[in-house]
Amino acid sequence: MTNAVDIKSMNVVRDGKVLIPSLDFSVPSGKITGLLGPSGGGKTTIFRCIVGVQQITKGSVSVLGMEAGSIGLRSKIGYLTQSASIYSDLTCEENLRYFSRILGSLEISVDEMLQLVDLESNRKQLASTLSGGERARLALATALLGSPELLILDEPTVGLDPVLRIELWKLFHQLANQGKTLIVSSHVMDEAERCDELMLLREGKVLATGTPKELKAKTQCTEMEDVFISLVSAQ
Amino acid sequence: MHRDGRCLYFPGECTVNARRIFSTTQRILSQLRHDPRTVALMIVAPCLLMTILKYVYQAQPQTFQHAAAALLGIFPMLVMFLITSVATLRERSSGTLERLLILPITKLEFILGYALAFGIAAFVQSIVVSSVAIGPLGLKVAGSQFMMITVAVLDALLGLAIGLFISSFAKTEFQAVQFLPVVLFPQLLLSGLLAPVESMPGLFRFISHFLPLTYSVDAMKKVIMGQGSLTHDFELIALFLLLFLAAGAATLKRKSK
Repeated sequence: MTNAVDIKSMNVVRDGKVLIPSLDFSVPSGKITGLLGPSGGGKTTIFRCIVGVQQITKGSVSVLGMEAGSIGLRSKIGYLTQSASIYSDLTCEENLRYFSRILGSLEISVDEMLQLVDLESNRKQLASTLSGGERARLALATALLGSPELLILDEPTVGLDPVLRIELWKLFHQLANQGKTLIVSSHVMDEAERCDELMLLREGKVLATGTPKELKAKTQCTEMEDVFISLVSAQ
Repeated sequence: MHRDGRCLYFPGECTVNARRIFSTTQRILSQLRHDPRTVALMIVAPCLLMTILKYVYQAQPQTFQHAAAALLGIFPMLVMFLITSVATLRERSSGTLERLLILPITKLEFILGYALAFGIAAFVQSIVVSSVAIGPLGLKVAGSQFMMITVAVLDALLGLAIGLFISSFAKTEFQAVQFLPVVLFPQLLLSGLLAPVESMPGLFRFISHFLPLTYSVDAMKKVIMGQGSLTHDFELIALFLLLFLAAGAATLKRKSK
């Protein structure tokens, strides 16, 4: 099995502050990998390195066989940022249409996307007037446009109601079954159960990696919340 | 240029795709359409100021001719400078710029998309303002209105290029707006709006040669008086335009430290 992302001894320093001391991490293709840990743990920084917008100080980041930030990767990665990067002064439809044209994908996907994230009735609504959850869904839809091979989702289910959250996780699994690779961050531990692979992060360091089952067995815990606490205290 | 058609200065940034430029232009125009108050201010404010100018100089019609020419050159630059610096600042702070730059759009396409959108806005603005000035306000133009509009659109693009560059030094919209007096007011004073450049002290006259607005005002005056060649002005406006666009493009960074 190949890896979608290979990070080797990566070190990130910003303004003299060490964000990631040294990280080795691989993301298997066609699976959902969860990045878990408290906020400020380095999840977003790792994402930014994979997408290629954060300069790394040392080490290497290889994405889909290319160096992170390569031109060849620009249509292959879907990135959902934590705060929705959408145009508030455009409607839902206009936002999606613009991003899909930049990607060169077909117009039809705009309708599909609106349906997928349940925003059909908000089609003509300005993004600035959407609720927090709706904004998050619109941003997710823009990340899914053009069916990218690698999806990087920074806290995709924050502020969503439980029903929609389950729907979205179903969608993530469908995408993984189609061979897409997903990296999802969350600080909600119950979402960890839904991932194939996990990496627990704290203060820029990896606490543990493995499948949810493996991590539970290792710590002899039944709840992911306890797994994390047990790993932190064992440090 | 590289053999594979890539640019040395910005690797991979020189390819131009019409679809991506036009969709960016369309996106910016849609944003403007959803903000009718801004559009109204862009069109109505210059007309209003022109009217005030007319009555301020009621007793000196010759001075009105001069001041109106200068204002017609200054408006598009001023407005586009402000709009561009706020718009690009918004793109930077909302994360949409970073989001776009990881997609297959090049910096050149992004900038051309903006230039086309605001160029269209400036075109509309200058048609209305020059028509009001020539019609009801009785501005006498020896040159053609078409030339006036050409100069106005060039000035607008210059304002856009300066705004794009300057906005990278601003972290907030408050700061971006404060750059207006810093960057444009000295130019307003020295460009020949208040007093002809020829009557200024030597040092100021020297400095005014390095200020883009000087050539905008000069070009507009020549059009209105219908005398003098515009070639020199156009050359220098184009030079400043390219200079600031290149500097602005360099501030659009895909990777942050």
